[in-house]
Amino acid sequence: MQIVAPTLDENSRNAREDYLPGAGDFFALLKPRVMSLVIFTAVIGMVMAPGDIHPVIAFTSILCIAVAAGAAGCLNMWYESDLDALMERTAGRPIPSGRIDRQTALHFGVALSTASVLMMGLSVNYVAGALLLMTILFYVVVYTIWLKRRTPMNIVIGGAAGAFPPMVAWAAVTGDVSIEAIVMFGLIFMWTPPHFWALALYSCKDYKAAGIPMLPVVAGEAETRKQILIYTLLMVLVSILPWYMGFAGPVYAITAISLGVIFIYFSLSLILKKDMKTAKRTFFYSIFYLFSLFAVMGGEVLIGRMV
Amino acid sequence: MPLHEEHKKRAGRNYALGGILLAMVALFFFITLAKLNVI
Repeated sequence: MQIVAPTLDENSRNAREDYLPGAGDFFALLKPRVMSLVIFTAVIGMVMAPGDIHPVIAFTSILCIAVAAGAAGCLNMWYESDLDALMERTAGRPIPSGRIDRQTALHFGVALSTASVLMMGLSVNYVAGALLLMTILFYVVVYTIWLKRRTPMNIVIGGAAGAFPPMVAWAAVTGDVSIEAIVMFGLIFMWTPPHFWALALYSCKDYKAAGIPMLPVVAGEAETRKQILIYTLLMVLVSILPWYMGFAGPVYAITAISLGVIFIYFSLSLILKKDMKTAKRTFFYSIFYLFSLFAVMGGEVLIGRMV
Repeated sequence: MPLHEEHKKRAGRNYALGGILLAMVALFFFITLAKLNVI
């Protein structure tokens, strides 16, 4: 598949001359829904980390992570505006709908990325700043520019970008990266493929129209359903590790096993039922799953510290 | 786009930017205090 980098002329393409973008349009460029999951997992990463952090520095760290996630989302929209215009799900985004021109989105994304990384490095610590920079580069360069249009493994490898936030938050507290942070990274990393492949199953037409080699487009729906089950099983195994390694409590263990069993049930249903409704339900369940798992993990540790 | 609507939107953007800048000033102030162990 040929990849053509946008030219300067193309950067101003699509912008409607009769429309002045408002603050809401810029906010939409930051992918606020994705940002909310990033903030949440980062907060839990911070809660789980041993040691103390000043509340102002903790707030600054989470703000930097949120802004960096938004900036990465913005740069993703800048690069993918041609694909977004071809897909029903994304055609209403600010660039394909002509509310913001590509050049403005590029400047906005680069400015926010630079500001968030510098602020994290200077006001929190250099390790967290470096990890934040790596997260942005991984999402924009490795996932968006390099992998997404080339291989059906795009979200398997690219999923690492979404898994970094708890690790960055951990580094903000401790100044380093330890095995516990890597396990939290691993959990989100293993969760990403079943989550996105469930979405790809019911948005397959969109991806096909845009020429994105998502697994259902390239390998077919049956293979995708099988892969979802395999990754779900691996994810459930990884989800038990925090308890096994002793940094999460028994309530977490019970939750991880219970929610994991439900996730496996959804994955099996996908194989047996083969309908789009089940794919949609699996996708939404996967979001609930990650939120709940991290909420219980952090909640139990917080309660344990209080009593 | 009618002129009054454009002015309204531009004002909204300016207020949003002004709010962000003020918040940044406050944040840098508190980060400095935190780094100096004043708070």
